[in-house]
Amino acid sequence: MAYLQIQHVSLKGISAAVPKTRESNWEYPYLPKEAAEAFINTTGVEYRRIAPRELCTSDLCVTAAEELISKLSWARETIDVVIFVTQTPDYLLPITSAIIQDRLKLSKECLAIDIPLGCSGFVYGMSVICSLLQTGHLKRGLLLVGDTLSKSISHLDKSCHPLFGDAGAVAAFEYAADAAPMNFHLGSDGSGYKAIIIPDGGSRSPVVSESLVMEEITDGISRNRCQLVLDGMDVFSFGISQAPKTVNALLQHFSIDINTIDYFVFHQANLKMNKMIAKKLKLPENKVPYSLKDYGNTSSATIPLTILDQLKEQKDKVTNWLFCGFGVGLSWGSVVLSTDSLVTTDIIEL
Amino acid sequence: MATIENAEFLEKFAELFDETDPETISLETEFKKIEEWSSLIALSLIAMADEQYGVRLTGDEIRSATSIQSLKDIIESKIS
Repeated sequence: MAYLQIQHVSLKGISAAVPKTRESNWEYPYLPKEAAEAFINTTGVEYRRIAPRELCTSDLCVTAAEELISKLSWARETIDVVIFVTQTPDYLLPITSAIIQDRLKLSKECLAIDIPLGCSGFVYGMSVICSLLQTGHLKRGLLLVGDTLSKSISHLDKSCHPLFGDAGAVAAFEYAADAAPMNFHLGSDGSGYKAIIIPDGGSRSPVVSESLVMEEITDGISRNRCQLVLDGMDVFSFGISQAPKTVNALLQHFSIDINTIDYFVFHQANLKMNKMIAKKLKLPENKVPYSLKDYGNTSSATIPLTILDQLKEQKDKVTNWLFCGFGVGLSWGSVVLSTDSLVTTDIIEL
Repeated sequence: MATIENAEFLEKFAELFDETDPETISLETEFKKIEEWSSLIALSLIAMADEQYGVRLTGDEIRSATSIQSLKDIIESKIS
């Protein structure tokens, strides 16, 4: 039973960066106007940010981190841990978080790890960084999250290309003796690993010359074996059933009254799925923000990006949050936490 | 095994469509041949199975089903 209570850690601030280049789903050439309208109505995604070839996820995250460190007035030597949650690292090895330690000029006494998760990654990353900080031996940590999945998606795949956007975000955590507890529920189901997968390129199925051959899967879906495969039906089915389950399990296990939560920030998968999850949990609409329209599904960055896009005014208030991520793995997690005077930045364009 | 009334299932199934005349839909209809059928309507079908019958349909199950009857059989076999 992966329930976890973290004491003495608080979320101090968040920031995010997106590429300047914006793509419109109205202009995606492989969706005729009527199909584009149906797609936008169902998924909620109208626009997405797309990184140029030279811009990596780490670049977005480092820029956001620089801005946040400065706004928090944190001395760099006080940051003891840096975690990078991504499926689009700079290199297959070494880990990108080590490179980020150097780019951000953090101390060499800094613990750096990568976590290759996607949609559930922000909540999972929080559980790891907060576990490391809660003893008080490490004082401050940065959790960088995000993906530039556009580089791993076939332009000729109408099931994926119009859904995903690129973004990087960062959240800053600090040991604080008087912090309210954070309560987590985390889970995994590897039997669904094929639902979201890049088939070739790992050691199970290394890249061979056939990996790069474009195949027509169905009408409107062509891709090669180094590109993302999304079984939309399986993921939808999983999301509408598992997300409400993890939220209910968390609230029940820790005896949390659902009415005490100010905002429920879900991973932004697609609007139809997210609305159905909110409906099953009987959540009031004004407590469930969405950023799908302008940014699409940005993998592990969706939760902080949604807060910055929709809820920036929370920064001066005490706010009770529920975050819930679910997807690739399959993997899911939810957390309830409270923030006071959360420091935020504008969404930076790079 | 649980059973679902034919008329009820056909009604719920027809509600997934906007432009298709419910009169043209029967249990024998091969639903993927309905002109309006799309991957987005497949998501509505999954939502319907979940909401109405508490059943989690998989992509493979929808891909393997042909007639509406076969879909109904799959859902019935999964009602707990």
